Amino acid sequence: MAKIVAVTGNEAVANALRQVNPDVCAAYPITPQTDMMQRFSGFVSDGKVKTEIILVESEHSSMSACVGASAAGGRVITATSSQGLALMNEILYIASGTRLPIVMPVVNRALSAPLNIHGDHSDAMGARDSGWIQLWSENAQEAYDNTIQAFRIAEHMDIRLPVMICLDGFIISHSIERIEYLEDEQVQNFVGEFKQLYPLLDLAHPVSYGPLILPDYYMEFRKAQAEVNTKVPEVVLDVAADFEKISGRKYGLFETYRLEDAEIGIVILNSAAGTTKDVIDEFRNKGIKAGLLKPRLYRPFPYVETGEALKHLKALCVLDRADSFGSSFSPVYMDIASSLYPYNDKPILINKIYGLGGRDYLPEHAEIVLNELIDIAETGNVKSYKEYIGVRE
Amino acid sequence: MKKIVFKRPESLKKEPFRYCPGCGHSLIHRLIAECIDSFGIRGKTIGIAPVGCAVFAYDYFNIDMIECAHGRPPAVATGIKRTRPDKIVFSYQGDGDLAAIGTAEIIHAANRGENISVFFINNANYGMTGGQMAPTTLLEQYTSTTRSGRKPEIHGYPLRIAELLSTIEGTSFVIRTAVNSHKNLMNTKRAIEKAFRYQIEDRGFSLVEILSQCPVGWKMSPEDSLKWVDETMSKIFPLGVYKDKFKEAD
Ligand SMILES: Cc1ncc(C[n+]2csc(CCOP(=O)(O)OP(=O)(O)O)c2C)c(N)n1
Ligand code: SF4
Ligand SMILES: [Mg+2]
Repeated sequence: MAKIVAVTGNEAVANALRQVNPDVCAAYPITPQTDMMQRFSGFVSDGKVKTEIILVESEHSSMSACVGASAAGGRVITATSSQGLALMNEILYIASGTRLPIVMPVVNRALSAPLNIHGDHSDAMGARDSGWIQLWSENAQEAYDNTIQAFRIAEHMDIRLPVMICLDGFIISHSIERIEYLEDEQVQNFVGEFKQLYPLLDLAHPVSYGPLILPDYYMEFRKAQAEVNTKVPEVVLDVAADFEKISGRKYGLFETYRLEDAEIGIVILNSAAGTTKDVIDEFRNKGIKAGLLKPRLYRPFPYVETGEALKHLKALCVLDRADSFGSSFSPVYMDIASSLYPYNDKPILINKIYGLGGRDYLPEHAEIVLNELIDIAETGNVKSYKEYIGVRE
Repeated sequence: MKKIVFKRPESLKKEPFRYCPGCGHSLIHRLIAECIDSFGIRGKTIGIAPVGCAVFAYDYFNIDMIECAHGRPPAVATGIKRTRPDKIVFSYQGDGDLAAIGTAEIIHAANRGENISVFFINNANYGMTGGQMAPTTLLEQYTSTTRSGRKPEIHGYPLRIAELLSTIEGTSFVIRTAVNSHKNLMNTKRAIEKAFRYQIEDRGFSLVEILSQCPVGWKMSPEDSLKWVDETMSKIFPLGVYKDKFKEAD
């Protein structure tokens, strides 16, 4: 029986981690993640989990400890935000290149400088090419559900890759919402026993991890890694189907909202999708065919399925809570543009940057964007392809 | 005629401290500001704000300051001092900043004997993020990540920075002080003065480790936290001069 509770996003994810009961957790505090790992260390002190917790001296060390623990054959977790993820960067590539199924919630926060502790997506966007699988979550329920599913995806024998679960700092990590918990036993059964693959110090099957590979084989290695990524979407869908059986909640590669017959659309990640859906309802009530697509599996990016879902639109805006300085457009925009490129008939695509460093994203922002899209769909005229919104000039 | 016996140092802005009641940070800020005033170096002193409870140090010190990534002040200070050797450069760092995430930077700045002054605020926990265990946390001390107290088998031992740095040849002046009594405050002020003076005289690297009460992180009243510094904390972190290369020359 599902248990209905009112909890913060951090509490929900910490509880998911407790239910999974991993072998090792390396933790280092950083706002707004801190309270998640602190709750988890409370479970360790209270004997609610059998996890070995390592309180390390930095995130560079926490991810390194995860690499060691995972290579040694444990089910391993950590969590971080912002500067912490940036400091881990070197080791993120080592974890994915070594094919270690580490699971890490990332509570999204802006990057320094200037220093800012509030929510935006710059941190995880900086890690989008690191070889980690990324699952993005609109609310506490999705963050909880994604965390549980992440173990199955990461540990799948065809995959064995690390997974980060992204949720919005403060907006989700610190707001209390109604969510449904699964029973501990259901979660345990769902994730199953951890299966080791080539653990260190198995004398019968000796291994070396992360050896030097020079030009002779490096490209073959990288190609194999790229090929693994192509298998991820199917595994994500299989895991989601199993998860639906125990939870009744449906997950895909992305969520579409009133998109099938839409003429104009918005692509947006995480919590702001909720606000946008409300505004789309208002526009629908006025007879305007608006819809939304919210990526869930953002890495590897399911560009074929995404392009198929969006190609029929007349005008489309990608709203991004991060920019990619110096490149043409923002991160999600570039992925959406690539996914639509093969089609002759495709929407006119514009890009808005919103909500950096915790700046509020309000219903009126979605309204402005949708009105602009109506205009573009009618006239074909675009005033500006890329723009910051909700910003003082 | 009214005689002014107590006034705000010029090196502090007219900004009320927003630290918790009883916190050592505000006392230490004031002592540093008084020393900058007394040397008359306000116009040429550059400070480095840490990531930690003192993250807003630039709101209080009436001098130019730079905020840098958690733990990196000694490297940033090195860059500033090497570029502007005529300026007086100090870093202000917590025990999380200096003794956890930034251990490499402090050891190597000390080992290079950089001509900078480091003020190291040891409050035996990560105050800013909610009182987690730091490398300086005492054995058996309760923190939000050691709810049954710090255990050496899993968490290791309190890291003694003053002792450690005094073994490094590049350091000139290393001392540990406290700010829990009038006497200790005066000793701390003299130590800060010396650290600045050595820099002014090109004598190299100084570190003043200051035991600083954190009543909120320690879950104590401000009054009890003063006693705890004397009765418990300074037993593990003894006060005193650990190194003074130029003592005879003084
Ligand atoms: C790379 C990175 N990791 C983690 C943090 C989060 N963080 C901010 S302050 C802090 C601890 C500060 O403790 P300390 O230096 O002892 O200062 P205090 O607040 O106790 O004065 C941490 C871990 C960060 N800012 N950057
Ligand atoms: S948490 Fe501790 S160090 Fe931080 S301001 Fe409060 S008393 Fe001071
Ligand atoms: Mg501290």
